[in-house]
Amino acid sequence: MSTIIKLKNINKTYYNGAPLHVLKGIDLEINRGELVSIMGASGSGKSTLLNILGILDNYDTGEYHLNNELIKNLSETQAAHFRNKLIGFIFQSFNLISFKNAMENVALPLYYQKVSRKARNKIALEYLDKLGLKEWAHHMPNELSGGQKQRVAIARALISKPQIILADEPTGALDSKTSAEVLEVLKKVNATGMTMIIVTHESGVANMTNKIIRLKDGIIEKIEDNSEHNISAFGIQNIK
Amino acid sequence: MFDLDRWNEIFITISRNKVRSILTAFGVFWGIFMLVALLGGGNGLERSISKNFSELATNSCFLWSGRTSEAYKGFRKGRRWQINTHDIDVIKATVKGLDEISSMLMPWSAATDNVVRGEKKGTFSAQGNYANYDKIDKSTMMFGRYLNDMDIQEHRKVCMIGSRVYEVLFNRGEDPIGKDIRVDGVYYKVIGVGEGGDNMSFNGDKREMIIIPFTTMQKLYNVGDRVDAFFAMAKSGVAVSEVQEQIETILKTNHSIAPNDKQAINSFNLEEIFKQIGYLFLGVNVLAWIVGFGTLFAGIIGVSNIMMVTVRERTQEIGIRRALGAKPSTIMTQIMSESFTITAIAGFLGISFGVLVLQMFDLAISDDGGATSVFQISFFTAIAAALIIIILGTLAGLGPAFRAMKIKPIEALSEE
Repeated sequence: MSTIIKLKNINKTYYNGAPLHVLKGIDLEINRGELVSIMGASGSGKSTLLNILGILDNYDTGEYHLNNELIKNLSETQAAHFRNKLIGFIFQSFNLISFKNAMENVALPLYYQKVSRKARNKIALEYLDKLGLKEWAHHMPNELSGGQKQRVAIARALISKPQIILADEPTGALDSKTSAEVLEVLKKVNATGMTMIIVTHESGVANMTNKIIRLKDGIIEKIEDNSEHNISAFGIQNIK
Repeated sequence: MFDLDRWNEIFITISRNKVRSILTAFGVFWGIFMLVALLGGGNGLERSISKNFSELATNSCFLWSGRTSEAYKGFRKGRRWQINTHDIDVIKATVKGLDEISSMLMPWSAATDNVVRGEKKGTFSAQGNYANYDKIDKSTMMFGRYLNDMDIQEHRKVCMIGSRVYEVLFNRGEDPIGKDIRVDGVYYKVIGVGEGGDNMSFNGDKREMIIIPFTTMQKLYNVGDRVDAFFAMAKSGVAVSEVQEQIETILKTNHSIAPNDKQAINSFNLEEIFKQIGYLFLGVNVLAWIVGFGTLFAGIIGVSNIMMVTVRERTQEIGIRRALGAKPSTIMTQIMSESFTITAIAGFLGISFGVLVLQMFDLAISDDGGATSVFQISFFTAIAAALIIIILGTLAGLGPAFRAMKIKPIEALSEE
């Protein structure tokens, strides 16, 4: 399996008041198609790591290679380009745009790729269909349940055919039943060969991933191989 | 390039906060309306006043004798003196830059009903003019013609009457040409009727005037070589003040008036008056631009302020867009487009409303119910106003757009 993410001695310090060294020499490799979870207590640096992986934040020292590209000292425009082409985001609070309907929300990444309105709406409908939301395509976010919103967010993350999906507490705002449904969807997505990194503090969610990275005080405390347990936990069916 | 999605979003953003958008736009609307209304109003006043002078040659001056204010060469102060035909001949012969000179007689009459035609009569003033007076104070003719050189040379007993005189002495629509009227006891043939109107004129209202050849009046009124007043017109490119100065020197020399006597000669320099009117309306225009532009600028500040608030409110949305791949320039364009749209819609409505109000005012003041376009802005002023809107609308969005562009997705998303 080829490496899609390679972190070498990544350091990050925040200087809001007293310097806070959040990530301390992170070394990490994630292979293409892996389903990885990052766990850790609050303040362990897991969100910072996810932000760096998503090119939402810069690191101070070290090297970050994504899809064999060195991600360092990028301009905001270059960062936007990489995010649009290579990364799909799923957030805890869904982050759908309130005045756009489900289809328009899903189609948004393609708008920034200058895909025509007709073409991107067609593709968005296809993705909503795959996630069982075709009949909800013209509904506004406030008309959708939490699970539906997160499935819309997943469709939006997938529509630009990214190399990796980064999910920040994707089930954090959902009840247990809906969480299970959303995780099922994420597993199906991963089964298509999509690399997926989930930040979570829920061990139940982490246990469903192939690899668990445990962070503590900005250092990788442990990387657990969870593949066997994970496979037995799900009856995986490929997403169409 | 036309981007339907962008315009759709602009419409949604503006209509999400209807009251706020309308109030913000109203500032711009009112500002541009004020600018258009003030400029149109200023133009209207200027054109109305200019119209009153429209029949007068602006490169001319009008002079008449007064009382001396200085004792000179044995003559006492306060002496009355009189311009005469000899003065006019000297002026004609010696003044450089003089184009035309036209002497006038304006006899005073206390008689009532001094003008008679059959049973019809009225009280009007008679004035003795030369034919060239029409070059200086142009008459618009309703019937016939103005005096000509033959009338002057042959001392003809003819007259040109004003429209009000015609109304009193003739039936409506009646041809007055060749008909006799009696003025101060002497019969004259009517050769023309002048319109007169509201325009400025000397020695009374032209509509109530009877113009007789200067030479005829000289004889019949027995005024000798007296000249009551005269008009002098400067040649093209010569300042009226230069001509006037030479004339005054001649008159002062001929009549033993002190060179420094400022009151002995009364004058009215149309060129100077026009200049002053020009300065006055330049001032009015500058004031209109300052007040109008100031009001508009306040409106634009309002737009900019609201856009700042909008950007603050939409920080998270901007963060989401940035996370999904929106470039900073895309966000900037979006915010600037919104600001520009509010300003442009409000601005163009303001211009249209301003033009409409001016047009209605124009219709209201016109005599025949047709628009006169006196109280109106020019096409170029409208273009300038539109350009100002475009520039200010863009500037109004610049600050908020830069602020939006600087929003980092990580910071915006952490605002959940």
